[in-house]
Amino acid sequence: MSATVSSRRTLDPAAPPPTAPRGGRGRGRAGRQLHGGKITYAVLILFTIGSLFPLVWTAVAASRTNTRLAQTPPPLWFGGNLFNNLDKAWNGANMGTALLNTTVVAGTVAASTVLFSTVAGFAFAKLRFRFKNILLMLTIGTMMVPPQLSVVPLYMMVAKLEWTDQLQAVIVPTLVSAFGVFFMRQYLSQALPSELIEAARMDGASSLRIIWHVVFPAARPAMAVLGMLTFVQSWNDFFWPFIALTQNGNPTMQVALTGLSRGYTPDQSLIMAGALLGTLPLLIAFVLFGKQIVGGIMQGAVKG
Amino acid sequence: MTAPSGFTPDTAAPPAGQGGAAPRAATAPAPDPAEQRRRDRRSRRYRLDVRWSPYAFVAPFFVFFAAFGLFPLLYTGWASLHQVELTNPTHMEWAGWHNYSRLWEDEFFWKALRNTFTIGVISTVPQLMMALGIAHLLNYRLRASMFFRVAILTPYATSVAAATLVFALLFGHDYGMVNWSLGLVGLDGVDWQNGTWTSQIAVSTIVIWRWTGYNALIYLAAMQAVPNDLYESAALDGASRWKQFLHVTVPSLRPTILFTVVVSTIGATQLFGEPLLFNTAGTATGGADHQYQTLGLYMYEQGWVNLHLGRASAIAWTMFLILLLIAAANALFARRLRKSQ
Repeated sequence: MSATVSSRRTLDPAAPPPTAPRGGRGRGRAGRQLHGGKITYAVLILFTIGSLFPLVWTAVAASRTNTRLAQTPPPLWFGGNLFNNLDKAWNGANMGTALLNTTVVAGTVAASTVLFSTVAGFAFAKLRFRFKNILLMLTIGTMMVPPQLSVVPLYMMVAKLEWTDQLQAVIVPTLVSAFGVFFMRQYLSQALPSELIEAARMDGASSLRIIWHVVFPAARPAMAVLGMLTFVQSWNDFFWPFIALTQNGNPTMQVALTGLSRGYTPDQSLIMAGALLGTLPLLIAFVLFGKQIVGGIMQGAVKG
Repeated sequence: MTAPSGFTPDTAAPPAGQGGAAPRAATAPAPDPAEQRRRDRRSRRYRLDVRWSPYAFVAPFFVFFAAFGLFPLLYTGWASLHQVELTNPTHMEWAGWHNYSRLWEDEFFWKALRNTFTIGVISTVPQLMMALGIAHLLNYRLRASMFFRVAILTPYATSVAAATLVFALLFGHDYGMVNWSLGLVGLDGVDWQNGTWTSQIAVSTIVIWRWTGYNALIYLAAMQAVPNDLYESAALDGASRWKQFLHVTVPSLRPTILFTVVVSTIGATQLFGEPLLFNTAGTATGGADHQYQTLGLYMYEQGWVNLHLGRASAIAWTMFLILLLIAAANALFARRLRKSQ
């Protein structure tokens, strides 16, 4: 990364003069190839600080005591109470269970969304069947409908099935996603050559074999992106889990967090420790796979 | 693909000639009835496969989708015409339009509607404008450009709950970091909880913080697809960087901007976690005076605090109608744009 940047930098200073016959104006040539100036960096650095500061400060607050948080000036650097707070949150406030629950929920939902979306997206992209267009329109249309519109009947269903406070109440309704199907359809209609499927058919491959040996390999990059996006979304999902699960019974991370803040005298440093626990796994993923996640979102934006 | 049945003879034929594939092929020249039957069965299975497997592939999606997406959506409309209590959610009593007429006379409903609108505007407009500006900056050649991209996207990885709890603390009246910083530059502390505008700005800040980077990356992706010649010819015409941004970048991004406007609008209509958890008193009223209660939160309060699921359904269905109106306005606007080009 740094190598390519520096090589570009050494190349570029030589470039402008010959192609800038009109003096200063020539600088505007090819807008996006220009180097950012000092102001560009200044603004971006400010913005980066703005993006990261609340997260860093969560850790700062989690490492302090509640009494210290109720004083001015607010703490700006880490204190020594982090592990004490984390321990209280982990053992005293159900955060350990919540972390496990959230992992199970987000993992299951991401895996099943990727699987079903790829298979259905393939059918929509490459196969012929009756009602295809109507079904696809229906799928796209309901992508615009917020989940809140179906929460009352969902709650009734869950109550009837006696699933309240159980993880399947959160998992089952989100096993498939209209966005996922649409996303995979867009990807596969471009990335998977129809000839490949025809050739496989010629060889007598059944549809299932084609899915396994042709579609899955071709779809792998998009599956990874969809899996990441779904995992993040499911990890952070709040509205439905908050309604379906109670805070003390069997919460996900987000639900447990609201439970922490609902005491009579909420302990702010404990709440921040909980917030840190709930955010940390995804932050670590960002540090490790940030590049891929960014690429995935940008790719999804263009294709979706 | 286009004529599936046309392939059947081809696929059935080769095994006979290939010899090695099937040991019995040696005896094939004299069509033995068992072989013939096997061949028929195979081609029948093939036809069935081509014909029905597409349905099998979309079926799991549509089964779940119908059960947990479409059916509840419609059933909400039905439930909104009934009286349903949370304590006994399976018992419904016909109420006609009562839930809706109640809403019409309910000052808190109108307040929530107004709040949803204002919070939506003051969170979406700055968010998208900032995102556009940042995307433009990120589109320059930069050192550590990937670092900046990852850094601005990081808030996206934070949950509503975690982000809101942190911001509620930052916006605290007496010991909050925001008021403390204001004090450093000689300004009075602001009551971020109780003022109408101040609390709405605080809630919007959380939304802006979480989503600006995400939108910036979407814009950046679209910007990188803008052909370079456009900038070159603009530069030849003597357009400044700012003019290039206004007259080349922004018009090329129109579809993307429209897309983000729609997505953000939908997001704004369902705002729920931020106003719920920003309230340090821990109630669902969106402040003592309902000053930042949104429709989503009001629906929750009616259904799960006041136990009126029927009324909550009526609010949900009203939100749906509002969304339909927005979608229609949007389609109209998009068509106008297309015509004007």
